[in-house]
Amino acid sequence: MTDAAGTIEAEQSRDIRKRWLLSLPALLIILAAATGPLLIVLVYSFLAPGPYGDVQWLASLDGWISVVMEKDIFDGTFSLADAHVSIFMRSVVLSLITTVLTLLVGFPTAYFIVTRPEKTRELWLFLITIPFWTNLLIRTFAILEVIRNEGLVNGLLLKFGLIARPIQMLFTDGAILTGMVYVYLPLMVLPLYASMEKLDFRLVEAGYDLYATPFKVLRKIIIPLVKPGVIAGSILVFIPALGAYVTPSILGGGKNMMLGNLIELQFGQGRNWPLGSALSITLMLIVMVALLVYVRNAGSQGSRHG
Amino acid sequence: MAELNAVEIRHVSKIFGFGEFAFAAVDNTSVSIRQNEFFTLLGPSGCGKTTLLRLIAGFEYPTSGEIMLNGENIAAMPPFKRPINTVFQSYALFPHMTVAENIGFGLTMLGKPKQEVKDRVDAMLKLVRMEALAGRRTSQISGGQQQRVALARALAPQPKVLLLDEPLSALDYKLRKDMQIELKRLQAETGITFIFVTHDQEEALTMSDRIAVMSSGKILQVGNPREIYDAPADRFVADFIGETNFLKGRISSVTDGIADVDTPVAGRISATVPRDFHAEGEVTVVLRPEHATLCQPDRADASQMTGTLENVVYFGTDTHYHVRLSDGETLFTLREQNKPLQSARFAQGDRVGIALEANAARVLRN
Repeated sequence: MTDAAGTIEAEQSRDIRKRWLLSLPALLIILAAATGPLLIVLVYSFLAPGPYGDVQWLASLDGWISVVMEKDIFDGTFSLADAHVSIFMRSVVLSLITTVLTLLVGFPTAYFIVTRPEKTRELWLFLITIPFWTNLLIRTFAILEVIRNEGLVNGLLLKFGLIARPIQMLFTDGAILTGMVYVYLPLMVLPLYASMEKLDFRLVEAGYDLYATPFKVLRKIIIPLVKPGVIAGSILVFIPALGAYVTPSILGGGKNMMLGNLIELQFGQGRNWPLGSALSITLMLIVMVALLVYVRNAGSQGSRHG
Repeated sequence: MAELNAVEIRHVSKIFGFGEFAFAAVDNTSVSIRQNEFFTLLGPSGCGKTTLLRLIAGFEYPTSGEIMLNGENIAAMPPFKRPINTVFQSYALFPHMTVAENIGFGLTMLGKPKQEVKDRVDAMLKLVRMEALAGRRTSQISGGQQQRVALARALAPQPKVLLLDEPLSALDYKLRKDMQIELKRLQAETGITFIFVTHDQEEALTMSDRIAVMSSGKILQVGNPREIYDAPADRFVADFIGETNFLKGRISSVTDGIADVDTPVAGRISATVPRDFHAEGEVTVVLRPEHATLCQPDRADASQMTGTLENVVYFGTDTHYHVRLSDGETLFTLREQNKPLQSARFAQGDRVGIALEANAARVLRN
């Protein structure tokens, strides 16, 4: 008996090894494509900037120091780089708010779609994905057109005499938020929908049957059960939001920069590739830490539930 | 004065869809369910029994009619306000909670103090003999155990009425038999009115105090198991409950509730006539398979019908015989209990006679 079981087990593990071997070429490509550029960025961050961009092959920590510190051009002393810190802060705060807002809008949206008859669900999902068809740049300019001082909203408000002067909406953090919530909403709705679709609505009925009000059913049954979707959606929104470039650059103007714009600046006008590389890696680290904290918290909450 | 009915369904209809697609799942139905009764809604799938249950639970609202719970109209009350709990067909246990948390959910939602919830959960675990598994996840217990948890969860808040939606259909035969006894015990111990939905007539007959047979959204007959089996109200009930033979015939005379019916296949049969039913002319007579026995075809004193034995089916406790009667059309089923060490008396293809027991036949309404 044990012999037979042992033989089968050995056979199965050999099978699995063979499968590994078969996928090796693909794995190598992925490994090279994923780690290669990262390695280049990592190496560049420890080099000195060239006069017209690019890098000089001289080891230097200036790039990393400049991430948070500023070197005085006269006496060479270091002080905290207020501009960078405030951009970091703004990026994290705006991304967090974006995540929360897309969750607040996306949750009811996904719930609405899931509760439609099966036939019409596909249509609703299709409608959700329509914005993806248009270039991000064009969509962002469309928002700009709506909220600029001579735009649709201000125009209507002025026409109805509700305001005397146009409200400055463009080039504010609010404008960036509006744009990001709009752009990233589908990324929240789709994973939420995927996990709500698996939700057994008989459990919702069971909740109602056991004296849970609609709000309690939402809190005690629906939310705990669709938590994987909430986590996936939040990650999918938070990460690109933190590195967003197009939206803050068009809707935020030059003053309301986010990390993505700061990095772009270093590779472009700033001609400081090592700083740009260091900032990129810093962004990655922030994302990793945020993810670790979030997933761990969400996980422990889940296990406490039951 | 008579006791207030636990649940009273008054002219309730539930119509799904609109216009030409409108479909009455429950069609102007009225029925009263007494206090502390084990009441069964029995019918084939799609007959509206589950819809009726969902109307009582509050998951659906009736298109018209009243649902009274202890004299109060609850037709428009949301489910979380009704003192009625349900055992779902799929059990619908909360997968993110332990067994104990599942059982305590209703009480917690009612805002009961923690200690009271705990005591009640313990009592419930004991009632369904699940004390050892209180801390398990619901995915870590077997189907039968899930069934018990679902029962305990629904009983914990001490509802006025417990609804059971085919709760035993997912269990295997042996476990189902055990749970049937268990359910009867729980009903007796708790004194709660049980409304049980099933399509399994055997389950209905063995467990119920009273049965309502449903078809196409209507209740055809309400009665205790014996009434339903022995005196089916119409052809559907007779056909649905147990196996039945139908013979067409013509009434020649009726005396003291016994009619003489002339049938083309069996000659003159005396059949009981339902009370307050005026039987005359063409009627259908019903005969249960166990009220007839096979005999030699040439025994004129006993045999009432003759035919060819088409099929013999061995069932362990009994054997079923399907006999093609002499008219060449009617297939008559009869059932004989198996005796020890008895070999089959007749084989397929034999010519056989059929002897009917006294008072076996019954005239069907309409």
